[in-house]
Order: sequence, then C-alpha cells, then structure tokens
Amino acid sequence: MIAASVPIQRAHHAKLLVIDKNAWIIHAPRSSFADFLRRFDIVVANDAATLPASLAGFHAPTGEALEVRLAGSRSLDGDDVSHFVAIVFGPGDFRTRTENRLLPPRLRRGDRLALGPLCAIVERTLDHPRLVALRFEGSSASIWEGISQHGRPIQYAHVHTPLALWDVWTPIAGAPFAFEPPSAGFMLDWKTVASIREHGADFATITHAAGISSTGDDALDRRLPFDERYRISAATAHALCRAKNNGGRIVAVGTTVVRALEHSALINGTVRAGAGIATQRIGAATPLRVVDAIVSGTHEPGTSHYELLRAFVDDATLRRAADELDARDYRTHEFGDSIFIERRLRCAARAKPAERLLAA
Amino acid sequence: MDTSYPIEIRHDILRGVRVAITGGTSGLGLALVRECSARGAIVAFVARTRERVERVVREIAGSHGIVGDVAKKEDIHPIALQILARLGGVDVLVNNASSLGPTPLVLLADTECEAFEDALATNVLGPFRLTKALLGALAASARDGRGACVVNVSSDAAINPYPTWGAYGTSKAALHHMTRIWNEELIDEGVSFISVDPGDMDTPLHALAVPDADASALKRPETSAREVVDRIEQALTDSGRTAVDASAMNLQNLADVA
Repeated sequence: MIAASVPIQRAHHAKLLVIDKNAWIIHAPRSSFADFLRRFDIVVANDAATLPASLAGFHAPTGEALEVRLAGSRSLDGDDVSHFVAIVFGPGDFRTRTENRLLPPRLRRGDRLALGPLCAIVERTLDHPRLVALRFEGSSASIWEGISQHGRPIQYAHVHTPLALWDVWTPIAGAPFAFEPPSAGFMLDWKTVASIREHGADFATITHAAGISSTGDDALDRRLPFDERYRISAATAHALCRAKNNGGRIVAVGTTVVRALEHSALINGTVRAGAGIATQRIGAATPLRVVDAIVSGTHEPGTSHYELLRAFVDDATLRRAADELDARDYRTHEFGDSIFIERRLRCAARAKPAERLLAA
Repeated sequence: MDTSYPIEIRHDILRGVRVAITGGTSGLGLALVRECSARGAIVAFVARTRERVERVVREIAGSHGIVGDVAKKEDIHPIALQILARLGGVDVLVNNASSLGPTPLVLLADTECEAFEDALATNVLGPFRLTKALLGALAASARDGRGACVVNVSSDAAINPYPTWGAYGTSKAALHHMTRIWNEELIDEGVSFISVDPGDMDTPLHALAVPDADASALKRPETSAREVVDRIEQALTDSGRTAVDASAMNLQNLADVA
C-alpha cells in the first residue's frame, strides 16, 4: 500500500474495499459508502474531537528539549484536566520516524517540564523510560487554554507538513478527548450523513478518547491500545437497541467505536448508556456481541487495529484483502482509503445472550 | 378562543443549556451572557481582550471566559476546543461578535479593501468557521434531545442599503443569508439557525458608528438580550427539548455511570 502523506480528510478519489458477509471483495468509491447500507442499519461514529496532544518544551532540571505526547486522561470531565499519562520523547519532532526518536532525559518524580505556557510535574514514572504520569499546574481554564494554543496534533513522519488542528478535526467532532484523531470519521461529511438517512439507516455517535497508535518502542507498542475512556449517550444506546430490534446492522466507524460498544456490552450483551473505560483487546478470538460491520482505514498486519479486524473476518480473507489493497494501490494511514468489513456469522455470535455470557 | 392546547409558561427552558457567545464582554454580547446565566444556562463567552474577559468572569459566577479573536482563522479551533472542553459540548451558539468596518464610517467607494476584508472576517468568515467547527457537537446535542440552535446577530443594515454602512451592511447581509441556507440544509440534523436584528442599541459599536446619537433614544442592550434569549428558548422548545427531559437524561447517565 502507499502511505497517504497529504492531510486531506476526504480526497475525491478515495476508495473503499468492501468485504461482505460471504467474504466477497468489492471495490467501490468511498463516496458510495451509504449504498452498502440497508434499512434499519445504524452507523455509529466516534465524535471525540482531537486534542493538540503533542507539547514541545524542555526538561527543567537539565534544560534538555523534549516532546510530550498526552496519551490518557483520568476523566472525560472538562474540569478534571490536570492529570494525564504521557509518552515523552527526547529532542526532535514528528519528522523523525517514531522508532528513531531519542529517549528523553531520565525523568524523576517531581521533575518540572516547561511546555510553552504550561508547566507539568512528573507525578510518577511508570514502567518505561518514555511513560510517565503528569500533573499540570494551574486552573482547568488555564490548562485548556495552554493545550489549545501551544499543542499540536500528534503526527508521524509519513505526513511531511506540520498538521494544524483543523486537519484532524472531523466534521462531526464534539468534546475534545481524543489523543489522536478518530480518523475513520474523516470520511463522514454531512452529505454522507444525509445519505445514510436516505438509505433508511440511522446515524449516531459515541465519544471515545482514542489513544495513540504508536510509541516507537516495541515493548510499549505491544501494550497498545492503552485503556480508553468512552461515553455513550442514552439516545445512542436507545437508537442501537432500536436498530437491533428491527434487524438492522450496527456499523462502527473505526476501531474505537468497536472497542467502546463491545466493552459496554460485556456485562449483558447490550450497550448501556453512560461512561466506561475500554480495557479489552479485541482480536481473532473475540466474539463480537454488538458490532456487525466496521468501516475503517486500511491497517498493516501486526498493529492493534489489524488485530481488531480479525474479530470480523478470517485470516485468509484478510490476506486476500491485503493483496487486493496492494494490487490496486490503496493508500494507507489516517488520510488514506477505507475498508468496510461485514462480520462473518459465527456460532458464538449467533448464540443467545445467556450462552454468550457463559462462553465469555 | 381556541383552548385546545395547554398554555404553559416555562422559566426553566435554559436551565443546564450549554451556550457559547462570541463578543461577550460588551454591548449585546455582555447582556446576553448575563441574561443566559440568569436563566440558568452554562455560558462560555469569547472576546479578544484578556482583561475584559477576566472582569466578566469575576462578575458572572460560573461563566467561562475564553480569549480569542473569531476574525483570525488560527484562533477558531482553539476557541472551539475550549468551548467544548469547558462546557462538555454545546447546545446554543450565538455569533454576536461584530466589526463595523472602517470608522468613522465612510462611503463604500472610499473603503479600503483591507478594511472591507476585516469586516467580512469578523462578521461572515468567523461565524462560518466557528459554526463549522462546532457543528458536530450541535448535531450531537440535537440527537440527544437537548435541542440545538445557532443565533447569528444581524442588523437592519443587512436589508436596507444605508450609505456609509457598506462594509458592515454587506457583511451582515451575507451573514443573514448564510443563516437561512444553514437552516435549510441542517433541518434534518435538528440544528436550527436564527438571524436576529436586535435593533439600534446603546452599545460601544453604535457609539463608534454614530458618535452624536442620543443614547437615551436607543434601545438598552438588556432589552434586546431578553428578546434574543426568548427566541432561543422558543427554538429549543420547537426542536423538542424540554428541560425536564434533558435533566432526566443526565440523571439516567449518572445512574449508569454509578
């Protein structure tokens, strides 16, 4: 696949590879996404806006330059913005491939990090030289102002120009809790949302604090995705229930939506309104209780995103799809093309809720 | 007399509603911040001058002040981010910040292009950009049954061709028409758009335009603010929001979290 290196959310020529429930592969323009929907389906997207979570600054005790990438928060409450888990790199920026980034100076508890107008204190060093718990000083108002004015979107070397906040702000963006953009939602312009409804399907959103996708360190990357907070409104939970009752499919826009909905349904097989923390990893052995299909970016084998796709379809089909993506010059990464995968029917997925619970 | 429908006087429609107001430290904007807060809304307001923002925050308990200039493209997303973070979303956006264009007022033919651009940046592009950045949150509010509306503050200069009001009148005409198009296009998303003409008010902007006006003959901004907020409440009611339902939904969420 080709790396999409230009930050255009909705390229006119964007493509969609569709794997239907019979594992047949279809190629289509992404603009025709809604044509693959049926009456009573519901499309669920992540409406978290993206924080400018990359904060450049220096390590006060040594004066050494560093980059802090916020990676997790303890709350989705806007008044509780002082505490974060963060990945810290040494000098440099996104132009250096993440795996080649320098380590930060040795960080100790109580160290001050000067990040533009913000001052962060290392509250705890975690179990990796790049991983810390931070606390920002100041009021929530001053912290939000500092992040919004000094921060930049987290980005990687395959996009050559510095990203602005509007480059990663999806059309449906709401509360700013994502650390990296829920980029599957880049495809959703308002015309597409209208088209979803014209096909007799519904549209709903959840808010999920999408975490970072790469740390540049194999050991840390193996722990991705980190725990991610999410919130599901009563209206969305109700709409999902209505779609299921009417025989519609739940179509998740992006891996974060799958993670949130499936986590919410862990208790009794149905999605509950409210807040939660998605802690589970989804892979080939995960029985999907709620989500019937996913539309997502294209992902490389070995990533946690790719692992999640294995819950929808068998490896042989994914390999066939990967060959097609290569052969037809699909573009990968967050500004690239998309795939739509309908879950293959499995025994576990067809089981009654009680049996599924026992199986879990 | 038709008595087939209940006549209900509601005083709590704005309670808990998340309102963002631009140009919130003087004139109509300040009066709107006060009026919305007094009716129970959670208010974030935007203005360019930090000292003024801080003064209003001190005056109106619970209000959220944000420093930024809607005329600057680079300020829009930081403003939107802070609104959404501080309020947890947004139900009502009031694009109130306005630029008169060149002062003293001049004939359109004598208006510098840059001054004309400045008026368009504040009165048209700024509201367009901020609305676009907040539209996802507004549509989510509508889907959640909270109601959602955008109020664009217009002027009779948007309709009537007053000599020397060219930059202002042209930009307000564009804003007025943009409001109508937004409203047509987003009706299915449940977000309503209102263009309001608050009348000739005793405000700093009017004093700039007509320095020798008799202030006592002008409308008080507080009066206009009450009228505008009445219209916001009407729009939220028309969109199906009820304060009771909204708070019930919040309680449901809290119960689920617990």
